Amino acid sequence: MAEQDKGVTQTVAASEVSSAHRTPSAQERAWEENTLRPTLEKSPERLPEFTTISGYPIRRLYTPADLSGFDADRDLGFPGEPPYTRGIHSTMHRTRLWTMRQFAGFGTAEDTNQRFRYLLGQGQTGLSTAFDLPTLMGYDSDHALAEGEVGKCGVAISSLADMEVLFDKIPLADVTTSMTINSPAAIIWAMYLAVAEKQGADWKKISGTIQNDILKEYIAQKEYIYPPEPSMRLVIDTFEFGVKNTPKFNTISISGYHIREAGSTAIQELAFTLRDGMEYVEYALRRGLKVDEFGPQLSFFFNAHSDFFEEIAKYRAARRIWHKAMVERYGAKSARSWALRFHTQTAGCSLTAQQPYNNVVRTAIQALAAVLGGTQSLHTNSLDEAWALPTEFAATIALRTQQIIAHETGVTNTVDPLGGSYFVETLTNEIERAAWDYIHKIDAMGGMVAAIERSYPQREIAEASYRYQMAVDHKEKIMVGVNDYVADEKPLEILQIDETVAHRQAERLAKLRAERSKDEVARRLGALRKAAEGKDNLMPYLYDAVKAYATLGEICDAMREVFGTYEEVAIT
Amino acid sequence: MPEKKIRVLIAKPGLDGHDRGAKVIARALRDAGMEVIYTGLRQTPEMIASAAVQEDVDVIGLSILSGAHNTICPQLMNLLREKGMGDVTVLVGGIIPEADLAVLKKAGIAEIFLPGTSTQDIVAFIQKRHPQQA
Repeated sequence: MAEQDKGVTQTVAASEVSSAHRTPSAQERAWEENTLRPTLEKSPERLPEFTTISGYPIRRLYTPADLSGFDADRDLGFPGEPPYTRGIHSTMHRTRLWTMRQFAGFGTAEDTNQRFRYLLGQGQTGLSTAFDLPTLMGYDSDHALAEGEVGKCGVAISSLADMEVLFDKIPLADVTTSMTINSPAAIIWAMYLAVAEKQGADWKKISGTIQNDILKEYIAQKEYIYPPEPSMRLVIDTFEFGVKNTPKFNTISISGYHIREAGSTAIQELAFTLRDGMEYVEYALRRGLKVDEFGPQLSFFFNAHSDFFEEIAKYRAARRIWHKAMVERYGAKSARSWALRFHTQTAGCSLTAQQPYNNVVRTAIQALAAVLGGTQSLHTNSLDEAWALPTEFAATIALRTQQIIAHETGVTNTVDPLGGSYFVETLTNEIERAAWDYIHKIDAMGGMVAAIERSYPQREIAEASYRYQMAVDHKEKIMVGVNDYVADEKPLEILQIDETVAHRQAERLAKLRAERSKDEVARRLGALRKAAEGKDNLMPYLYDAVKAYATLGEICDAMREVFGTYEEVAIT
Repeated sequence: MPEKKIRVLIAKPGLDGHDRGAKVIARALRDAGMEVIYTGLRQTPEMIASAAVQEDVDVIGLSILSGAHNTICPQLMNLLREKGMGDVTVLVGGIIPEADLAVLKKAGIAEIFLPGTSTQDIVAFIQKRHPQQA
């Protein structure tokens, strides 16, 4: 009897969720009464409430009643046309598969150059560079704070000389390269452009992406150097430089990935990322740039977490929100500004150290969500990444996962195969609405920089991540091999980073400092410092400094002297 | 007389800014009744050792995901011994390869918690080591 009560109560509870506006048809009501109710009375469902991994409530069944007022022509449209719900190209993956772009980097430039060439040889179609922490934080490999970190999380790049080795025998005219670099993005990009020039590649034709998304650093990943205003100036400098010189290069990859990894919900990832995007647009407009000139060079980067439909709905909602914002808020007229292009990476935080081979399965399902959600490029994580950077063996399986989805599953045969699903369309609508609520809240705070300064997104994420951890600790959310289905296992073979990397880097730097023209370096760093005090676009000064083989650390220091550094208020 | 609460310093050494784990643990330990001080980001071993002395903590929890643990941990342990804090319980959480676990234990790290550890296990471990205060 108690069980029955539970079942009956549950019907009411579940149908209250996000359904105040529902008017079920007579048939649906009859089904509830004649078929559903007796079933629930006999055997109640497994949980009192079903939620996504983000804690978003999900109904038992979605029907036309959830989509009353839904207009397919208006809300869905057609692929390649506003509002881009179904994808930004009319034929999507039938014409061109997504770019398979595996993030890689470790050790010295030589080590990573070898891995790059291996991956290209295995059929990878674009490069993606991981830098080590000293590089990300703007320190040379021989800086005291770099001790123990050189070449560990990515490749160590301290000067143009390292960059030349990194892309040795890789034709930048043909390969697109993504670089995960933020605070020092303008400097690393200047180095890349210098290598391209040396190879004879035309800047107007080369393509690739610098992450260059400083806002999400303050929000989530915390690899910032300077305070927000000078950091934003550097970002807009790259936009301006890119519009004039490298029209095919994405000068930013506005990233939700790290926000999600920091523990946000899917809705927070979506909302904070798109509001970050709007903040960049507003800063660029204030600089006097034209939205349809820089708009097409903005790209996005989302996480693919394990909750399959929530992720797909998130990507679909993202395209719709961005289109609306670009049209209604910023008056963009070009379709190239309206279309949200994005890279996806499967969720690192979903990988388990326990039973690591299961991570191949997780990654495959996450990657499938990204593909069904219409991604333009994709990184799939390797099975050993809860232990270390991936071995070549693990990285190959990760790439093969994408190739299997592309060529064996048939999911690329049609555009947006889930379009029209009552569930997917409803979830897309609801996620979009919830994201707009956040966006409006941040608008009311005065924008994202202001919201960051009062720790608003940081606090929301910390709250969500704690809630999730408690749900896992209390087994409300099951992670296979972690809090259920636990088993003994043998250790994995993992990649060991050669401990001589730091030495080799230090030697190379000493040689560089001895061989280059000291006067020229001093002169160009002086010019940079002076320009930083004024209002000029800093890209030409950075390019000059890089070409004289001023090091990353020296260049960052020159700007530290002018801009100061940023310390966050730590919240727990 | 009320028992003295267990005092814990949660520290994030090195250049890495991924602070999700550190923050979750800080809050979980606080919810378990401990006194928690969080150092914030980018702490050198010197800064952590000084904070440990100043705050007179019983436990230090280090969150390290960057692969720099083999450098950071021995340095910190030496500094703690120099400062007469050799008996403080030092814990590490993060991405630590299996082969390094023994190295860290030998350096004096009391326990290493890998990804997937429940916060309840960490609370229980600390309470067991500091029973008089639990």
